[in-house]
Amino acid sequence: MRTKDILDETRTSLSANKVRSGLTMLGIIIGISSVIALTSIGQGAQSAITANIQSLGSNLVLVMPGAQRGPGIQISLGRGTGRSLTQEDADAIKQDVKEVQAVAPEISGRYQVTAKGTNTNTSVVGTVSSYPEVRNVEIDEGSFITDLNVRSLSKVAVLGPTARDDLFGEGAEALGQYIRIRNEQFQVVGITKTKGGNGFGSQDDMIFIPISTAQRFLAGGDYLTTISVKAQDADSMSLVQSEVTNVLLDRHHISDPAQADFNTLNQADIVATASSVTGTFTTLLSAVAGISLLVGGIGIMNMMLTTVTERTKEIGLRKAIGAKKKDISNQFLIEAIALTFIGGLIGVLLGSAFSLGINALGVLKTTVSISSIVLAFGVSAVIGIIFGYYPARRASNLNPIDALRYE
Amino acid sequence: MIEVKNLGKTYQSGEIKFTALRNASFKIEDGEFVAIMGPSGSGKSTLMYLLGALDTPTDGSYFLNGKNVADLSDDELADIRKNKIGFVFQSFNLLPRTTVLRNVMLPLIYAGEEENEREEKAKIALHSAGLDEENFNRKSNQLSGGQIQRVAIARALVNNPSLILADEPTGNLDTKTGEIVLQTFQKLNKKLGRTIVLITHEHDIAQHADRIIHIKDGEIISDSKNHNRKIIQ
Ligand SMILES: Nc1ncnc2c1ncn2[C@@H]1O[C@H](COP(=O)(O)OP(=O)(O)O)[C@@H](O)[C@H]1O
Ligand SMILES: [Mg+2]
Repeated sequence: MRTKDILDETRTSLSANKVRSGLTMLGIIIGISSVIALTSIGQGAQSAITANIQSLGSNLVLVMPGAQRGPGIQISLGRGTGRSLTQEDADAIKQDVKEVQAVAPEISGRYQVTAKGTNTNTSVVGTVSSYPEVRNVEIDEGSFITDLNVRSLSKVAVLGPTARDDLFGEGAEALGQYIRIRNEQFQVVGITKTKGGNGFGSQDDMIFIPISTAQRFLAGGDYLTTISVKAQDADSMSLVQSEVTNVLLDRHHISDPAQADFNTLNQADIVATASSVTGTFTTLLSAVAGISLLVGGIGIMNMMLTTVTERTKEIGLRKAIGAKKKDISNQFLIEAIALTFIGGLIGVLLGSAFSLGINALGVLKTTVSISSIVLAFGVSAVIGIIFGYYPARRASNLNPIDALRYE
Repeated sequence: MIEVKNLGKTYQSGEIKFTALRNASFKIEDGEFVAIMGPSGSGKSTLMYLLGALDTPTDGSYFLNGKNVADLSDDELADIRKNKIGFVFQSFNLLPRTTVLRNVMLPLIYAGEEENEREEKAKIALHSAGLDEENFNRKSNQLSGGQIQRVAIARALVNNPSLILADEPTGNLDTKTGEIVLQTFQKLNKKLGRTIVLITHEHDIAQHADRIIHIKDGEIISDSKNHNRKIIQ
């Protein structure tokens, strides 16, 4: 039997019962489109989170005071809970760990900030001139905090673009203007470039002031909330992390690392942890979608079994006029595969459209990968084969006489 | 040429055995028109399924053109049905919602014949079976009972089989339409020299054949020439 003839037969029998074929296909369509949509959402979320973490800086090791290190890594970018870190600690790290490229101590907190009647609650970071280098911050207008600013306790501020927008209006000229933090007046001397990213640790909604000014007028103490350490390169990050830990343990006279009064966080570890979380999330979503695909496959099998029973006499007739077992089983198998394949095609289009829609709405940057499309097609064809095989075999094994006598 | 020797068929469903045919021996030469006649349940269909290579006997042997059909595989039986035998059944002869032409072409499709030749051959067969050209592209469910049987006869002819087997082909037809179908068989036999085995439980219908084999309770009770053959002009 020629391939074209088998396809002709398939078209005829599928269109003979359009509603049933359509409903059966719907199961596969829902399954495949949710696999495509959900994996693209999962991957979108994953790259968004990774990009967020990367925007913190590069080759970064963060040192924070407080909480004892338990097993595993605690991701906390909030304020430190203790007062164990000092400027001297930062200086010692800079001096003693030779793989360190730059160190930026900071003291940060959230404050109500006002300017000309508008006000916003934002993160105010007291830091030093090396901060832009460590945290990959770029200056858009004006300049960043200088060493002189730090030495002379200048009341100057550098605004992140979001903070600028909130205080002065979108894109307004802010250089030279004044803002008030805790009733202290600061002059705006610079605006940072936007880094994108949102959610935790957005670098755009921040105000930077000299660390000395922050300690004197805002925090009222000379402790630090974070020491950001930039390693020379990605390979030396874990070395830097352990050296920093040793230096600080030594300085704080702590012999048991488990008793440390500070935490170190390696940016690579944060990325890895976050990826594994989003990876799990993606897998979970795919699994749910996969189950609906399985249900769709069972729907196919159910329909095919019904079809075989309904067409028992037809199968007998076909056998009487010369159809071989293989002709019969091919006919039913290809019917099942055609159902899943067409369903898969519609599902891919629908899922991609959904994912593009999410992209267009700006919720997430999603991409539909070729690999997920290929996978979806492969899976739908395989489902057709698996769930079509049994009904097709049943049809081909019918005894022609029993089929002819069947009432 | 057909030759059966001591042919028998015992059906077995679970513990219960039932012998529907025993000890059948006869020859049918090419170009004969034979009726197999007997009451309902006498084993006529059983015999036809064996002759048609739809089933294998449990006893005896069956030679079709000198080849023993008794011990062939499923696929070899399918090949015999495809190339050597044409069937006309009492009912459910045509695929529903399928055109007349495609129904007749079906054996050629299974034989892997070229597309353009199929249609040619199908049309010739339909003409031989006496169906008007205007019906060729109709769907099978738009035809009358007599027309359906003619299409079935055309399909049985299309592969140039050495044997046409018809199981109660007029069973669902009124007498007049039945006559037309029987006339078609007679024409095919006399004009085209086709070998025809007609199965029926009606004496009247058997009278259209040249030879009548009587069967009762699974046994052949007589096999003789039909001296008062009815010829339809
Ligand atoms: N598959 C089967 N299993 C058991 N008995 C059967 C089977 N097929 C037919 N029979 C029995 O064999 C006998 C002959 O049947 P059949 O050849 O169809 O008779 P006919 O065509 O002459 O009416 C009947 O009694 C029928 O019940
Ligand atoms: Mg019968």
